[in-house]
Amino acid sequence: MNTFEQEKILLKGLATEDKTSIERIYREHYNMVKSLVINNSGSADDAADIFQEAMIVLFEKAKQEHFELNCQLKTFIYSICRRLWLKKLQQMNRYTVQSEHLEETVPVEEEIENHEKKQNDFTLMENAMGKIGEPCKSLLEAYYIQKKHMQEIAAVFGYTNADNAKTQKYKCLVRLKKLFFAQYKNVE
Amino acid sequence: MEDTLLIDAVERFVNGEMSAQEKIYFEDLRKNNPELDQAVVEQLFFLNELNNYGGTKSFKHALHEVEANLVSEGFISKAPAKQPAKVIQLWNKYKRITAVAASIAGLVSIFIASVVSTVTNKGKEGDLKLLSDITKIQGDSINKMSIKLDSLAESKNSNLPAVTKSTSVTKVVSKFRATGFLIDPNNNYIVTNAHVINDAKNYLIIENNKGQQFSARSIYVNKQNDIAILKVTDKDFKKLPSLPYSIRKRNADLGEQVFMLGFPKQEIVYGEGYVSAKNGFKMDTTYCQLNTSANEGSSGSPVITKNGELIGIITSAENDADGVVFAIKSANIYRAADEVKKMKDYSDIKISSGSALRGLSRETQIKKMEDYVFMIKGN
Repeated sequence: MNTFEQEKILLKGLATEDKTSIERIYREHYNMVKSLVINNSGSADDAADIFQEAMIVLFEKAKQEHFELNCQLKTFIYSICRRLWLKKLQQMNRYTVQSEHLEETVPVEEEIENHEKKQNDFTLMENAMGKIGEPCKSLLEAYYIQKKHMQEIAAVFGYTNADNAKTQKYKCLVRLKKLFFAQYKNVE
Repeated sequence: MEDTLLIDAVERFVNGEMSAQEKIYFEDLRKNNPELDQAVVEQLFFLNELNNYGGTKSFKHALHEVEANLVSEGFISKAPAKQPAKVIQLWNKYKRITAVAASIAGLVSIFIASVVSTVTNKGKEGDLKLLSDITKIQGDSINKMSIKLDSLAESKNSNLPAVTKSTSVTKVVSKFRATGFLIDPNNNYIVTNAHVINDAKNYLIIENNKGQQFSARSIYVNKQNDIAILKVTDKDFKKLPSLPYSIRKRNADLGEQVFMLGFPKQEIVYGEGYVSAKNGFKMDTTYCQLNTSANEGSSGSPVITKNGELIGIITSAENDADGVVFAIKSANIYRAADEVKKMKDYSDIKISSGSALRGLSRETQIKKMEDYVFMIKGN
């Protein structure tokens, strides 16, 4: 199997949140990112944060239906991390280092922009979830995130049957929607 | 009300649960009613957002877990906590005062230590109060913290049930009460103190936060380290999802903020504290010292850091000093599990770890954790 095919499998694993795939990507590419960040006035903690964010970018991309990575995974990760780190330096007004091109890079502006939008939506949803209160939060998380069945949820949350739980879930969803869109409109 | 009807319809539409006929009708309705169509589009968009949120959230969980493993392995180096420079300045400013205070504190503790050591008799419960609720042994300055239910114990002869019925309404008469927590949710292994199990001559029961009781069996007891492993034998015990906390292999850091959950009373109780010394009573390296309060019944309580790492098991408290509590270091749990693994019948034990508590508010952390902490009772 060539590298390209191997990386394709790895990315499929990433899309399904497979921990072995995540770990392999860490083991193969983390050190490269670490030296990039540390050589450009960052700390080991910064490197870990940047790598995590890059993994999320990769995950978002890998989940797309017609996803194809048309460069080596290493190049992609390096480009993303470089972009993210330069951005961070800029925010901290420390953009003094002209990072040398240690490795080959590909343009990733689109990915970063996309990621920022998604990250923003994520925060909005997280805020809305934070405001909604219990039992709504747990109920919605059980159904939409942990993908549990309505019967199981009814049992855990002490509803007499799945239909009752469902009605409650809809009521919660309506509230969540209101909270979410209220912020969404504020931002735009 | 209309809103929920709409949500129901859209959800069934998305999940492909509509019959062909219903689908045609629904699509027709959308075509002829722009207002409805708008609402459906909005709902679809929102569901998609929610779906993305869920996906990213659970991916972040997986990511944190992998990272935590790599950090504990040493592959990734991370500073445990960032200390702002201001604190250092403060420290420099108050160093002298602190030094004076520390030396006074030192003198006091030396004094206490000398008092304590005159009473101590190593190997016996001397100055340590074991935190399980048993009858108080006279003249001790340290107790272990599980509870002996004296009044109930008297009636034990007449009330001893032959078979322990777990979820039955009638609660069994127990002689002591302590705490334990899950380390392997797949195969239902629970850790607690060895001194707790000592008192379970006839039967052993775990009780969850909802008051349901399940029978358990003690399969490993190490009196030296005061650690015991139980297996839940009850068929009615429902398996829990993966552990929300991870069990730390390395030692606790001095000053780490910790919290614990235990059963010093009939309901779960939350406590807070910090790691005040790296070793236990009389420099016992099996233990670390915490500054917190613990009462009878707290024995076996998990000690958790703010990032959801389990670093110890509450065992005992010093009687002469307020708030000095000792906890077995978590590395001993791995050692105990390795021993259990060698047993033929229990080789399936596997300590799993999770990091579902990372970055959450304390309230949420407790909610996620409390199902994994049990009251241990027995007779």
